[in-house]
Amino acid sequence: MWRDALLVAGKDVRIELRSRVALWQVLPFAVLVLVLFGFALGPGPAALRAAAPGLYWLAVLFSTVLATQRSVAIESGEGTRDGLRLSGIDPAGVFLGKAAAVAIQLVAVQVLLGAGIVVLFDVHLQTWWLAIAASVLATVGLSAAGVLYGALSAGLRVRETLLPLLVLPIVAPVLIAGSRAWSAAVSGAVASGASWLKILGPFAAVYLAVGIALYGPLQETA
Amino acid sequence: MDLAVHFRTAVALAGRFPALSGVDLDVAAGEVLAVLGPNGAGKTSLLRACAGLVPVTSGEAVVLGCDLRKDRTLVRRRVGLLGHAPSLYDELTALENVRFAVRATGAGTDRVGPALDRLGLAGRLRRTPAARMSAGQRRRTALAVLVARGPELWLLDEPHAGLDADARAIVGSLVEEAASSGAAVVLTSHEPDLAVPLADRVAVMSGGRVAEERAGGRGAAATERVLVALSQDDVDVA
Repeated sequence: MWRDALLVAGKDVRIELRSRVALWQVLPFAVLVLVLFGFALGPGPAALRAAAPGLYWLAVLFSTVLATQRSVAIESGEGTRDGLRLSGIDPAGVFLGKAAAVAIQLVAVQVLLGAGIVVLFDVHLQTWWLAIAASVLATVGLSAAGVLYGALSAGLRVRETLLPLLVLPIVAPVLIAGSRAWSAAVSGAVASGASWLKILGPFAAVYLAVGIALYGPLQETA
Repeated sequence: MDLAVHFRTAVALAGRFPALSGVDLDVAAGEVLAVLGPNGAGKTSLLRACAGLVPVTSGEAVVLGCDLRKDRTLVRRRVGLLGHAPSLYDELTALENVRFAVRATGAGTDRVGPALDRLGLAGRLRRTPAARMSAGQRRRTALAVLVARGPELWLLDEPHAGLDADARAIVGSLVEEAASSGAAVVLTSHEPDLAVPLADRVAVMSGGRVAEERAGGRGAAATERVLVALSQDDVDVA
């Protein structure tokens, strides 16, 4: 399974590097969301600083939808889904590999957005480990949930419009817990922030487990 | 006689619609079977069922000794399917596509280079992304995947379609080599004059089942005999 996951992740990352969709579409989109929300909130620095963690995670969520749609599109080419099924690759390995490739893109998005809220909103993290722990857990959960729902919508003609409707409500706990954890990381309130990791951790674990179990049957029915 | 394919009253569904409606068919190891028939006769569905991509819902369906209704994932690793649409990633080069497909089966990549050479994909063409290839070059790359993998059952859906004369000749020699190495080959075609000369046996499909079977036609005289017999029987082969 792990060998297959590495193989699929390597393939997806190579395709992304070559197509540059993440570089020219996903990353600019994430920054654009941050800037537009900033415009909507107005120039008051206090309001921007208070809203920054929530805006950061909203931008990450929207970017997750884009990255997931791209991940599904890679396998929707003529015959490629059949090729993957015929290869005999463990479906759990395909799921983990595709989730890993999406996670790598989300890490890049978060690094850029992190720099964005520092520059645009003058936000500075007091507790780095809390912010990083929240980001790591959220990234695992978002990529696993995204790829799972991407597989669910893969065979549908309306997948581009359906996927956001499926994914965004499901990842709402990540938005809430991530925003609260980052707010705590900004203010230095470690105890209250750490408690939100108890939501992000199980979310990631559940979607990883469900994805490993269900990706195969979803691949067959897509 | 080892059977690579053994179907008895096999019924398969593509979505909610019947794709195969009671197929009886045997293909021996080392045998080449040409499947003819008009559009919608069930040729592609037969290949996809043999590959475990279309579920067989009733009847007997055994491929390479595995019951397709129980072990179709085991079968997949051992068969090679050349479908209408080549299973290629547009952004990857011919070399990367073939290498990925071979690594996915767990096989070594030492056969990748020779396979690409065999299909005439050498030099810069090997490093060209699939998106920038012509339809024929994409089909050659998909064939190179099969050559590099060396499956025990070759399933070729209209293998001559979109290929130039050179590539068609290569297809012919690949089929002969596969059969002589002990692999079974099932190929479909709308061009009987190309398919029949390669085949030990010819099956004509109609309405999702095998309507007629005949001995094949290796050699010009035998091919002519089979084609004449099929036309005299007024069988719709294309």
